[in-house]
Amino acid sequence: MSMLEIKNLHASVDGKPILKGLNLTLNKGEVHAIMGPNGSGKSTLASIIAGNDAYEITEGSIEFEGKSLLDLEPHERAAAGVFLAFQYPVEIPGVSMMNFMKTAMNEIRAQQGLEPMEPAAFLKRVREKQALVELDAKLANRSVNQGFSGGEKKRNEVFQMAMLEPKLAVLDETDSGLDIDALRIVAQGVNALRNTNNAFLVITHYQRLLDYIVPDVVHVLANGKIIKTGTKDLAFKLEAKGYDWILETEKA
Amino acid sequence: MAEEQDKLLHEITNREYEHGWSVDLEAETLEPGLTEDTVRFISAKKNEPSWLLEWRLKAFRHWQQMTEPHWGLMHYPPIDYQALSYYSAPKKKPELASLDEVDPELLKTFDRLGISLQEQKMLAGVAVDAVIDSVSVKTTFKEKLAEKGVIFCSLSEAVQEHPDLVKAYLGTVVPIKDNFFAALNSAVFSDGSFVYIPKGVRCPMELSTYFRINAMNTGQFERTLIVADDDSYVSYLEGCTAPMRDENQLHAAVVELVALNRAHIKYSTVQNWYPGDKNGKGGIYNFVTKRGNCLGENSLISWTQVETGSSITWKYPSVLLKGDGSKGEFFSVAVTANAQQADTGTKMVHLGRNTSSTIISKGISAGQSNNSYRGLVKIAPSATGARNFSQCDSLLLGSHCGAHTFPSIEVDNATGKVEHEATTSKIAEDQIFYLNQRGIPTEKAVALIVNGYCREVLDQLPMEFAVEARKLLEISLEGSVG
Ligand SMILES: Nc1ncnc2c1ncn2[C@@H]1O[C@H](COP(=O)(O)OP(=O)(O)O)[C@@H](O)[C@H]1O
Ligand SMILES: [Mg+2]
Repeated sequence: MSMLEIKNLHASVDGKPILKGLNLTLNKGEVHAIMGPNGSGKSTLASIIAGNDAYEITEGSIEFEGKSLLDLEPHERAAAGVFLAFQYPVEIPGVSMMNFMKTAMNEIRAQQGLEPMEPAAFLKRVREKQALVELDAKLANRSVNQGFSGGEKKRNEVFQMAMLEPKLAVLDETDSGLDIDALRIVAQGVNALRNTNNAFLVITHYQRLLDYIVPDVVHVLANGKIIKTGTKDLAFKLEAKGYDWILETEKA
Repeated sequence: MAEEQDKLLHEITNREYEHGWSVDLEAETLEPGLTEDTVRFISAKKNEPSWLLEWRLKAFRHWQQMTEPHWGLMHYPPIDYQALSYYSAPKKKPELASLDEVDPELLKTFDRLGISLQEQKMLAGVAVDAVIDSVSVKTTFKEKLAEKGVIFCSLSEAVQEHPDLVKAYLGTVVPIKDNFFAALNSAVFSDGSFVYIPKGVRCPMELSTYFRINAMNTGQFERTLIVADDDSYVSYLEGCTAPMRDENQLHAAVVELVALNRAHIKYSTVQNWYPGDKNGKGGIYNFVTKRGNCLGENSLISWTQVETGSSITWKYPSVLLKGDGSKGEFFSVAVTANAQQADTGTKMVHLGRNTSSTIISKGISAGQSNNSYRGLVKIAPSATGARNFSQCDSLLLGSHCGAHTFPSIEVDNATGKVEHEATTSKIAEDQIFYLNQRGIPTEKAVALIVNGYCREVLDQLPMEFAVEARKLLEISLEGSVG
């Protein structure tokens, strides 16, 4: 059984089709990268996996560990082990990172039938994971994402991922706007979590991230479909030649 | 998402009021009606000195000449003042040497409110003067307070034991003719709390009163007087819940605060009275006059309120800034859901030199409710160097509710500086989705966002009550997503 199995996915927003028959299979232990031109539907795919109901699914299916993901509410998907590192993390004024993280952790645990985490264990985990992504401990007392720099927001997403230890993590352009050091830190976070029981879907524009997070498979998403699937070499080729050559072959 | 929101809105609208139950306390209740005889009866019942009876009668006669104000943004059927009963006292008035002597029904009441006296007794640091239907039945921690010379008792008791203090200050901040409801209160006030903090004393604990309206058709007319002498400090918390009723219950309280030189009074309210059913039927009408007088130089009066209950709230905790360098603060969260109506705000009246005031108001409306901020900042000709900062934010949950702000600014001294900021917003869908994605269900997500939105105000509450207020916010907004 694969971890994520997307079949013939069609989705639209406000009646406008965006995904047009997308297929994707991701097994546990694997890292897949998705690349593609702007506006091709990468964030849409990520949002749909996470359960954003701004998008209407008109056809197709998404299975997660053999069960339909589409039947679950977003918070239930999170409890099932789906995590999305947002391309544009949202600010929540007045809610401290700590309170937010504790609530998230315990709501997920409650759905899994577990007791709330002991405060001491929680704090220990916070410190560990902050260190992993080199996130300033002071940020924990600040409101969620408020006044965070672009890089801090992205590292904060990886911090949350590390805290929640999901089975499937979708990273939506977590590398965009990062300098090389921040990029290395983000990759370090992902690599530390990587194991044989989880899987990552890494959406990126740049091949350089894939130097740090080495993918097993690279897909190209264009016009709402996966139009090419290959190995890491495909990413190099895209970096060097752009997308036009694939789009051309596609048409031909 | 719209459909889901409708469902959630429907759920909250149909949610039963948590504190909706009533306890039989064998109340001794006066027949409905209000005449001079009623006033005399109350005064006699309390064995009051003649000056106080005269004071009440003067108020009553004046009240008879007045008409109910209707300038608030509220709609409700006319109140028949003759149909209300103006006195109700628990028959068993326990001599509270120990808790064993307390009416078990009463203890049950407190248990249900989550503030059992046993607990309170153990929870060092909190003294509770519990007012059940007009008569104060329990005061704890009295001795500890007495050591410091702090007086904390029911107003009736203070009238007997500290008549000079009461006489010197009663009605000095809210005069009997101040407004319709204050006049009514002055005529028929039942009981309330009295606090006196002597010179230089920092009150060693939070003083807390849980009010509770209990008998059928009983108007509730609390009257509280707090006097903080030079260089003293006191933090006072008022919390309220009321059982479910079919008829609207009128509540017209008066609170007077007096801060002398360099005194600091912090007055916090968590109000959770029965808001009525989803159409607003049966809820509490809350017409309150709260005012503080910063009489002394460099004194400070700070109002913090979290208002989630009542079907109608008409309330403007205000500060008269008389002493030079005195400060007034108003921190408010007002939540309305279903058919609730709140018209609340503050008045900051700057009279002294270099006085300053801060107003932070957060209005949250859901359902078909209406939530208005009404404020006045007045800088008198004498108030050289006065400053005010006001921030009034409104948050709308759903599209059938209303938020309104009526800020009024009168500056009669050219050195006065007044800043006013106002915002109206909705909870963004992407905020909810972000929290959902981290495993937090929508209701909880809304509560978290709203709590964050109110943080500046909640942070003002004493720690133990902030927790309660957060819970209340969560309960009163369950399902109100927009
Ligand atoms: N919520 C939305 N409302 C309207 N259009 C949207 C929405 N989300 C995405 N789109 C449109 O869908 C297309 C794909 O967007 P997106 O998934 O963000 O692309 P990518 O992440 O690959 O750059 C774009 O044309 C974008 O404008
Ligand atoms: Mg995108």
